Amino acid sequence: MSAQHHAKPAPVGGPLFNGVTLIAGILIAIMAVILLVRFFYGLGSVTAMNDGYPWGIWIVVDVMIGSAFACGGFSVAMLVYIFNKGEYHPLVRPALLASLFGYTLAGIGVVFDLGRWWNVWNMYWPWSVNLNSVMFEVAICITLYIVVMWIEFSPVVMEKYGLYELKKKIGKYMFFIIALGTLLPMMHQSSLGTMWVVLGTQVHPLWQTPMVPLLFLLTAVIMGYAVVLFESCVASSAYRRSIEMNLLTPMAKVMLGIVAAYIVVRLADLLVRGAFGLAFEMTLESVMFWFEMACFVAPFFVIGTEAQRRNPARLFIGGILLMLGGSLLRLNGFLIGYETGGGYQYFPSLPELMVTVGMFATEVLGYIVITRRFPVLPREA
Amino acid sequence: MTTRRNFLKGALAATGAIVGSGGTAGVQARETRKVPPEALGLLYDATLCVGCKACVAACKEANGNPPEFNTVDQLWDTPLDTSGDTFNIIKMYRNGTMETKDAETNGYSFMKTSCMHCADPSCVSACPVSAMTKNPVNGIVEYNPDKCIGCRYCVLACPFGIPKYQFNDPLGRIGKCELCRHRHKDGHYSACAEVCPTGATLFGRTEDLLAEAKRRLALKPGSITTYPRGRLRPAQEKALQGKDTGEGNKARHGWRHEPDQSYEGVVGNYQQHVYGEQEYGGTQVVKLSGVPFEKVGMPKLPPYSSAATSETIQHTLYGGLLMPIAVLGALTWVAKRNVKPEEGEEE
Repeated sequence: MSAQHHAKPAPVGGPLFNGVTLIAGILIAIMAVILLVRFFYGLGSVTAMNDGYPWGIWIVVDVMIGSAFACGGFSVAMLVYIFNKGEYHPLVRPALLASLFGYTLAGIGVVFDLGRWWNVWNMYWPWSVNLNSVMFEVAICITLYIVVMWIEFSPVVMEKYGLYELKKKIGKYMFFIIALGTLLPMMHQSSLGTMWVVLGTQVHPLWQTPMVPLLFLLTAVIMGYAVVLFESCVASSAYRRSIEMNLLTPMAKVMLGIVAAYIVVRLADLLVRGAFGLAFEMTLESVMFWFEMACFVAPFFVIGTEAQRRNPARLFIGGILLMLGGSLLRLNGFLIGYETGGGYQYFPSLPELMVTVGMFATEVLGYIVITRRFPVLPREA
Repeated sequence: MTTRRNFLKGALAATGAIVGSGGTAGVQARETRKVPPEALGLLYDATLCVGCKACVAACKEANGNPPEFNTVDQLWDTPLDTSGDTFNIIKMYRNGTMETKDAETNGYSFMKTSCMHCADPSCVSACPVSAMTKNPVNGIVEYNPDKCIGCRYCVLACPFGIPKYQFNDPLGRIGKCELCRHRHKDGHYSACAEVCPTGATLFGRTEDLLAEAKRRLALKPGSITTYPRGRLRPAQEKALQGKDTGEGNKARHGWRHEPDQSYEGVVGNYQQHVYGEQEYGGTQVVKLSGVPFEKVGMPKLPPYSSAATSETIQHTLYGGLLMPIAVLGALTWVAKRNVKPEEGEEE
């Protein structure tokens, strides 16, 4: 059914050493030094985290937002294999690669942030786990999902090394892996939102709602498509390839449909809870709320029409706006709209920021190395 | 095509069910838990507190915590808030001329900040590895550093801002009051209550403490009443006071023998509110104050716990893994039809 004839994926080729990889390498080296200090002198030696803001950007940006950016693989796979839109198939591998990296790094990023990382095995130890904990569910799902994604991506590695027999064997069960790879992100991306429910009144009412799992799930799917738009544009311009506009244009329409649904759910929830009035008070929270909402509404003016969606520059901007909107939702609920009392303040320190930058540099470097050496992007005609 | 469309509908319906039922569909909402009958706790009466901070020093000593310096000369332990190394602190409320103790205007008041030992603690619900647990008998919220992964979700979750993390230690732990449970086996109770010279901090069974708090609220301000100190002894135990062994020992439930330290004092001008009786579904540490609680740093909280809301959502979605398995089944069915083993790439 999905056997349309697409260009087979092929390595892009070209040098691994260039300006971009050099800068990425330097940023990664800086991150390594900062992490060394962190592991020898404690979290307080490099971060601005404190007891009023015990979670900083390492969790909220690197893990929460980073993993949502990594939903491209899940969003596209859902379109192709669940909704049987086989024409989007060429987008699967590059999106999956970005997801694989995003999630693997998010998983590693968690360890940087764990104050007692040597005890992390307790997360998987039956006599330690707490089934009531939202974080436990998130951790198990993410761990499983990383394994599932590596299996989903394994045919790429097998093609590279000529392991066609093994690839065939795994291919027989791939439908189950794909189903699992669709279910797991639905579970943990929604639960990442549920994580702030237990914070109760400490989270501003503009964000504290029992509907938050649905908000997180919808925005994770939206951000997945937005990242694909963003990446396709960047990859095309960096590798001087043609943009798959025939795929991106209709996909952007699907994405806007979900954005519309999200806006309806978001506003309905605020109205039902009677919290919408708070958006009209002059507070930092209300300003950030409108900033967040604007990022979801603006794309309708940027890529609202079919003609606009045929313009790669507009798709690129639309993608960035939605990536920003979803990021703000997470940042607002966990940091800006969080208030524990006692006059604590938090703004990330420079070394803290450099670790986040280093994590993104790792992602870029990995993406370049793999697309240049492994069959991920469609072969250019 | 028709059948496939039906599959899709089924998958969508199941998908909708998994995420849409964030409420209570199908599953009973989990009620806020209640304080166990033999719960232990503290009663802090701000009108009796003289701000001597003997409890702060005793807490440090009992828990082996180092001093924290916030003055230039670095001579005295001067913590400004609870921290990974300070589990108990006395904070101060000041207003205007500070003439009258326990008055909201032109007055001052003290307030103890330490773990409230909630009936349904957020920290326990949040902790992914059961490092934070609630003792089923005495209700003490206990911390186990050997399980703790240092994620600090408990620090984030607590509405009282109680669990704290040692950020400046590469092996940092979470620090919080555990009612000196490590001293119980020697017959000692919470050090803060043991040393309190005025009985402002009183140790005992939560039930007895709540009754004592209500007794005080019913008294006429300015009248004279008897205030116990140290450990609040129930009536039946009082009858046997003085007996070191036998019946007396049994009645004390293992707490060490102390002479009666109660004294007569003036009844304060209380807010008619026992803080912790209702807050968050109840706490084992309860408080009385002359100044409104919000003014002295105790947050206004609903009478139910966030843990109940959070766990209701989680167990509605994932209880018995029913919903995930159903959705996985639907997804597998659909994917099996749509995924070709070789994805049409190998010919």
